[in-house]
Amino acid sequence: MLTNISNVLRACAQRNGSVALVSARTYADFTTEASFEIKKCDIHKFEEAPATEVVMTRDEGLKYYRVMQTIRRMELKADQLYKQKIIRGFCHLYDGQEACAVGIEAGINLTDHLITAYRAHGYTYTRGGTVKQIMSELTGRKGGIAKGKGGSMHMYTKNFYGGNGIVGAQVPLGAGVALACQYLENNQVSVSLYGDGAANQGQIFETYNMAALWKLPAIFICENNRYGMGTSVERSAASTDYYKRGDYIPGLRVDGMDVLCVREATKFAADHCRAGKGPVLMELQTYRYHGHSMSDPGVSYRTREEIQEVRGKSDPISLLKDRMLNNNMASIEELKEIDVSVRKEIEDAAQFATTDPEPPLEELCNHIFHDNSPMEVRGVNPWTKLKSVS
Amino acid sequence: MAASVRCFLRSGKNAVSALGQRGFHKSAPAAVQMMVRDALNQAMDEELERDERVFLLGEEVAQYDGAYKVSRGLWKKYGDKRIIDTPITEMGFAGIAVGAAFAGLRPICEFMTFNFSMQAIDQVINSAAKTYYMSAGQQSVPIVFRGPNGASAGVAAQHSQCFAAWYGHCPGLKVVSPWSAEDAKGLLKSAIRDNNPVVFLENELMYGVPFEMSEESQSKDFTIPFGKAKVERQGTSITLVTHSRYVSHCLDAAAVLAKEGIDCEVINLRSIRPLDVECIETSVMKTNHLVTVEGGWPQFGVGAEICARVMEGPAFNFLDSPATRVTGVDIPMPYAKILEDNSLPQIKDIIFSVKKTLNV
Repeated sequence: MLTNISNVLRACAQRNGSVALVSARTYADFTTEASFEIKKCDIHKFEEAPATEVVMTRDEGLKYYRVMQTIRRMELKADQLYKQKIIRGFCHLYDGQEACAVGIEAGINLTDHLITAYRAHGYTYTRGGTVKQIMSELTGRKGGIAKGKGGSMHMYTKNFYGGNGIVGAQVPLGAGVALACQYLENNQVSVSLYGDGAANQGQIFETYNMAALWKLPAIFICENNRYGMGTSVERSAASTDYYKRGDYIPGLRVDGMDVLCVREATKFAADHCRAGKGPVLMELQTYRYHGHSMSDPGVSYRTREEIQEVRGKSDPISLLKDRMLNNNMASIEELKEIDVSVRKEIEDAAQFATTDPEPPLEELCNHIFHDNSPMEVRGVNPWTKLKSVS
Repeated sequence: MAASVRCFLRSGKNAVSALGQRGFHKSAPAAVQMMVRDALNQAMDEELERDERVFLLGEEVAQYDGAYKVSRGLWKKYGDKRIIDTPITEMGFAGIAVGAAFAGLRPICEFMTFNFSMQAIDQVINSAAKTYYMSAGQQSVPIVFRGPNGASAGVAAQHSQCFAAWYGHCPGLKVVSPWSAEDAKGLLKSAIRDNNPVVFLENELMYGVPFEMSEESQSKDFTIPFGKAKVERQGTSITLVTHSRYVSHCLDAAAVLAKEGIDCEVINLRSIRPLDVECIETSVMKTNHLVTVEGGWPQFGVGAEICARVMEGPAFNFLDSPATRVTGVDIPMPYAKILEDNSLPQIKDIIFSVKKTLNV
């Protein structure tokens, strides 16, 4: 009956030869949840793999869509602002990799812990930062998530330890967080992310050793986007099976463009850790549309065709959108509404980020030490004595 | 009891009244002697007991009782969870220690010597020291990095470097260098209780040296604040500023010079960062002469910083001669004993510099 009404309305709303659907469908029309077949993970030293048939609810789908779209648009806006020189220094964009951040967060809780390297804006968002705080940190204003003192690579929120600039250093740090989880017996896990470039770092192998030895609740995740800056994986790694490189640590290779694959694998890994079985290594096969950073056009070491192919066939947001539409979990209008709302949020945040004042000079020397009495800091010459408070 | 007896013998005619005022209801504390190593051990033991979040990790700290026996008995008392033997992977375990500090624990990260900290120096500086600032105060890092620093005896070039200047250079770190057992205990307890990254520079040759411990220092809550130097010997002729093992050298030199009528004031820095410039300036304004003494290399060293600060401050106008430095020789540390002995400041070198400065 409802379908009949909507058909009638649809007919009435015809315009310019194209069918403009008036939103007559109520939300009762949509499927509340559906089962999906996802790609099977490659496993290393696991007896079984994460499930390949998974359930996603409409609400989950809409949430993942919104969050991924928000990250996408936020990064594109950052690109714009960088080109206008309103953002300076380093800026490593995450567009293309959204399914990783969103899928991981869907597989853990906000009470769990996460640390990543410098391509961190997406994670700052999924871990609880607002677009406003993130963008104004990029523009170096006092409303920034680190009050303008950190910048693109040094954003922090609760249970999110940045944002780290030194390639690979975040992995031992993340294992240390896992040690704390084990020590405090809080049943939490620590997710440590690194890229295909960082995967060759010695300190990561040192970390694998200690994490496995002490059975730390650590999930090591390699976001393999095929290029470490301008060097492809074939040119930098003797073994590109990143999920196997933990050797004695069980590993999973996951389709990082599918948010549900990432979610399932993360849940699987987290369960393993929480059961006290020790660390897990996950490789997410993903792709970044932008170059390594805003200084890298990203086309000298890879072809535009390759980028276009990924965009056309594997875009994480498109994949999710198609799934939802094909399974009657949402309407095009509804998703468009989300797009519009996201765009507005980004615009508002950008507006704030470009108009908020820079941090006051009085802040210059603050936050050197925690819980310290106020102290003097030497300025640029012996006569300049600056004040520093905790 | 011993103290009051000494009091009596020393003060002669005042002794009787002193005894009278004291009565005998309060027995005076016995002078306790303690080696630096044991003072460090006691400090860690007390802090481990006081706060469950404190733990120690490093190579051989647990079952071996510590490479230099500083952590002797701690593993037996506190077990695997709190005293952790690590593999020989400094960069990894220092990073793990910092991460644990991020997430609410209070690690003591031991480097078997600070030479090995070079492998982990990125974690000390970029992950520990800078994080509170980069996060605008959201993420504190309550960690202590400790271990022996500087030259030992015959361990040659790769095992003899002094890191006071390197770590002292970096904002976000507190850097301390104890000399006596009391310094060791009080400063280590402060370091562990501090909510910031502290680099704690011990000295292997001092571990076995006994010192008298004051009554105050025998308390479980005895701490020594950072940024405050101690005048170990009052004097009027010249100021000697030093840290760690060289405090002993300076005191010995002062004893020799006293016989020649030169009265040295010896300042034990205790803190490299923050540096107690005020103490140095006050002293220089009294003695009008300054010599710094350290084991590290001269270029860009602790002494260089002290001289620069004195130049820039009020004490400059009180100097009767240029402030100079006594330092390690500007070479990698050689092995042969005669060469090693001549690579580091000896008492005669301090005496020489003092006399040159005083033009005698």
